[in-house]
Amino acid sequence: MTGERPIGEDDLQAYVDERLSPSRLEAVKAYLTDHPATAEQVEREIAHRDALRMRLAFKAQEPIPSRLRIANLVAARRRSPLARPAAYAALAWLAIGGILGTWGGVWWASRQPMQAEAMSVADNAIAAHRIYVGERLHPVEVPADQEAHLVQWLSRRVGKPLTAPNLNAQGYHLIGGRLLPDGGEAAAQFMYEDAGGSRLTLYARSGGNEAQTSFRFEEKGGVSAFSWIDKGLSYVVSAKADRTQLLPIAEAIYKQFEATGDPAKGRL
Amino acid sequence: MDEIASLLEPQIPGLRRYAWALLRDCEAADDLVQDTLERAISRWNQRRDGDLRAWLFAIQRNLFINGLRRRKARGTHVGEEALNDVPAPGMSPESHAGLHDVLKGLDALPEEQRSILLLVGVEDLSYEQAARVLDIPLGTVMSRLSRARARLREFMEARRSTALRRVK
Repeated sequence: MTGERPIGEDDLQAYVDERLSPSRLEAVKAYLTDHPATAEQVEREIAHRDALRMRLAFKAQEPIPSRLRIANLVAARRRSPLARPAAYAALAWLAIGGILGTWGGVWWASRQPMQAEAMSVADNAIAAHRIYVGERLHPVEVPADQEAHLVQWLSRRVGKPLTAPNLNAQGYHLIGGRLLPDGGEAAAQFMYEDAGGSRLTLYARSGGNEAQTSFRFEEKGGVSAFSWIDKGLSYVVSAKADRTQLLPIAEAIYKQFEATGDPAKGRL
Repeated sequence: MDEIASLLEPQIPGLRRYAWALLRDCEAADDLVQDTLERAISRWNQRRDGDLRAWLFAIQRNLFINGLRRRKARGTHVGEEALNDVPAPGMSPESHAGLHDVLKGLDALPEEQRSILLLVGVEDLSYEQAARVLDIPLGTVMSRLSRARARLREFMEARRSTALRRVK
């Protein structure tokens, strides 16, 4: 007889989850009738499970973002196998900080404005891209033949050591750069061109309290942009290209900054 | 390709929900899901003829945990036991009372208890699937589930009595 087996915590959990066999269910119900205190606890646990389901239901009902479409992931993978820097790892780390009582409060306080800031940097970068990329006479202030001077000058103005990445492998060469205002701060724009005359820009300004973020993608009026924060600098790479074309370039730039070591080593 | 998509895509809503519940940040959660899917695609051929759902949730949970470990190794001074005591990142600012409280209760639990409540209670994984995802024996699933629910209950009751006291 199944009823002979004593009731265990596994039975009670399976009762909460409605996973008991009919005969066992009868036995557990009988037990709960005899033990009203336990019955009340079990009812609470059912209520909490239902509350959790309800609270989280919205997420599973959202339309799936296109970046998670398998076809897009497979296509992106063919182009570039490099992993993105994982923002969730950074968040998890901040969570550890939270328990140590050092970071948790700061994190929530700083998160919302920070995302807004990252977005406005991307918007400014796209706007600057739009204005100067179409410029035939004076696309840059300082041409690439003075690259060392250009980089030194922009680094000094932006306040952080910058590098103009080498994008020859991606088919682009540096044509120069310029200094731009961005919300009262100095921003740098490097411009590149490929053999067919297509241009892309890399925009950089200091900012972002986060040490590192993952790529954020934005598209405005045909201009695509990937932005990220790394070692106290906000970067935005923009081009008139689609996401899958731009992603490997953004990754190449990110990778070069990683490989050239910490330009910001003795920083802050 | 189409076969992979038709098998993986139905799992995405659940993976997103689990990721969001762990991270409580939309972008970061979708990054985690994206990494999970990318890994699943790249290891598609190594997938044993088993349970796809359990396999995917196991990948995602491991990526989440590895994220914690990697940061721990880089950041030093966090003991191994801290890993089990990691609360969810922060409390949702919009949470006041009622249903939202259950997320606060979830946040108060260690990761292993949060995960089991989510996998079994929300994602409807069977106990066997949960055992595979968490890589623990079935008996441990049951006792951990029991502990997690008891702890959530205690947390919620403590909150309720605090709230009542304030009203008086």
